Amino acid sequence: MSVVITAVLALLGLAAVFGAILGYASERFKVEGDPVVDQIDAILPQTQCGQCGHPGCRPYAEAIANGEAHNHCPPGGEATIIALSELLGREVLPLDEEHGEEKPRTVAYIREAECIGCTKCIQACPVDAILGAAKQMHTVIVDECTGCDLCVEPCPVDCIDMIPIRTTPKSWHWDLPQPGHRLIATDLRGGLQS
Amino acid sequence: MKRPVFEYSWGIHPPENKVQSTERPLEDAPLPDRLVLPLQQHIGAPAQPLVEPGTRVLKGQQLASANGFISVPVHAPTSGTVLEVAEHTIPHPSGLTDLCVVLEPDGRDEWTEHRGIDDFSAVAPRELLDYIRDHGVAGLGGAGFPTAAKLGSGTDSDIEFLVLNGVECEPYITADDTLMFEYAEAVVKGAEVIAHLVQPREILLGIEDNKPEAIEELRKAAANSPVQIVVIPTKYPSGGEKQLIQILTGREVPRGGIPADIGIVCMNVGTTAAVWKAVDSGEPLISRITTVTGKAVDTPRNLEVLLGTPIRSLLEHCGVQRDALYRLIMGGPLMGFTLTDENLPVIKTTNCILAATREELPPPPPAQPCIRCGMCAEVCPAYLLPQQLYWYSKAKEFDRAEAHNLFDCIECGACAYVCPSNIPLVQYYRFAKGEIRKAEHERILAERSRERFESRKERLAREEQEKEARRKARREAAARAQAEKKAAAARGEKPADPRADEVKAAVERVRAKKEAAATPAAPDNDNQAG
Repeated sequence: MSVVITAVLALLGLAAVFGAILGYASERFKVEGDPVVDQIDAILPQTQCGQCGHPGCRPYAEAIANGEAHNHCPPGGEATIIALSELLGREVLPLDEEHGEEKPRTVAYIREAECIGCTKCIQACPVDAILGAAKQMHTVIVDECTGCDLCVEPCPVDCIDMIPIRTTPKSWHWDLPQPGHRLIATDLRGGLQS
Repeated sequence: MKRPVFEYSWGIHPPENKVQSTERPLEDAPLPDRLVLPLQQHIGAPAQPLVEPGTRVLKGQQLASANGFISVPVHAPTSGTVLEVAEHTIPHPSGLTDLCVVLEPDGRDEWTEHRGIDDFSAVAPRELLDYIRDHGVAGLGGAGFPTAAKLGSGTDSDIEFLVLNGVECEPYITADDTLMFEYAEAVVKGAEVIAHLVQPREILLGIEDNKPEAIEELRKAAANSPVQIVVIPTKYPSGGEKQLIQILTGREVPRGGIPADIGIVCMNVGTTAAVWKAVDSGEPLISRITTVTGKAVDTPRNLEVLLGTPIRSLLEHCGVQRDALYRLIMGGPLMGFTLTDENLPVIKTTNCILAATREELPPPPPAQPCIRCGMCAEVCPAYLLPQQLYWYSKAKEFDRAEAHNLFDCIECGACAYVCPSNIPLVQYYRFAKGEIRKAEHERILAERSRERFESRKERLAREEQEKEARRKARREAAARAQAEKKAAAARGEKPADPRADEVKAAVERVRAKKEAAATPAAPDNDNQAG
């Protein structure tokens, strides 16, 4: 009988000690912030366009971590959805068309002759990529523009165009080779046309 | 003394096809009626144009200046008038346009004032590097890296070997062979200039044993100089920078590193001769030797070509048969790229124009499935696993491709050459490299956008806070004033109106005005009214 009591006491003692260690560790090594949100945020394209219905990429990252669908980001497109699925262990879904469709990256361009200097686009730009002052001409810093098109709507004279980014010899790269016909050579010789 | 060559197992032996173009002597290409000079003929920042349409320029005059350290200027190859500075298609696999200076030669070939350096050993290395850059010298062998920038990395570190690359291993091309045969002296002298800059302990010139005449000439020229001529077996791609370094010194350039990291500077022989030309006579890089060959031309040969010369004029000079011409390639059959337009110009890196017939370069047979034979891994000069890279590139598993050292691939095409399934392997690697670089670029952009977005949010919050603080301060001030007023009223004092004096003054002014209007003859009326 005493053996059983000793065993129970020993186990209880061990449980108390490990419980104390674990309890201490969870306080001592507490992680500030939410690492999953950071990881999701790192995958999102940072366009800050709000097409997902959130005011920026970070809020959407938080929403995804809290269970929102991960296919609401049109600028990120398929690649972002696949990366998020891998990170979160969720199913790869097609892009939710309610939020828009995947388009090639663009930049805003202000037709400067028509700009009246109202600063409305400057206030709309989520990344401060528009330069100008009241009653002065505005212009877009192309290198900083994310192509979110939030500046187009507020412009009272419609002088902002979203233009696709031009491929230069520097940014161009080779395409995946087109897969040829997968016939074996002897079939070809036999007069089969591909 | 015969220097040993280090052992290696990689490489292939494609048909050389070099004899055709070496049977005729070197000659100058005819002067075309217009020259198109892209501002980017090198790796790095494009040159900045200095001329405008209508400017008359002399031969050797700068048309565009270097923009930063990794950049070189562009010079006028002959005297003439600038027609335009505009977008034109450039010789590039993309077939895209870029900014070019178009020059109409006047036929007088009038030189701008130029003189060389009498004693280069008396010039400080920094100054000599600037001099080389200002004379437009960029690598003539392959990628066109600015020579001054390359040598600059050599002057900063302890260099044991200066390796001169006279291998020219790719089939059909004989431009360096011709250069070494005709200008052996310039190559040796140029090596001495570079040696002055990087201070190597040994100078090795690697050359393949299929160029006996050039070897002969070089041996004669180098008889009384520290340059050692090292003859290596003919094998493709021994002419790759890292490959030649391995053959001559047994050392391997670390991943992501440059030869200077292991005490080596490697220079193409053409570039070396161009350095000598600049130092000796002050002539900038305005022409180069280009091989025009292939079965579609009657007289394959090497030509001294002014940069910017349209390929059409070279083809016509060598008797092109248009109906036989099937593929026009800039560079060699393994690493070159197909041109779609004969009007593209020769640039600093154009070592060969290959006008091939259909029999010579037939369309590639359809790709078959990979049978994992492993022949590609045997020939790979970078010791990679080409078939693994192929699978990963095809499946777009780029992180795994990178983990298998995709970026060590020099795109020599040896794997695709031996592939029994005719898989265009290099194309897959190029695609994967491009996608990885693009993703990296986008990641950097996204990081910057995030920072800007966050700091904007912070700024807005701060502004809101400041506004709130001001509002609060105003509210408090108003409350204080109100309280004072109440307190004064309680004491029975009539609150002093701070604006009483102002009102009194205004009333005075109006009265004075009225009086003045009543006496219009007053001479000072206008002044008062004003």
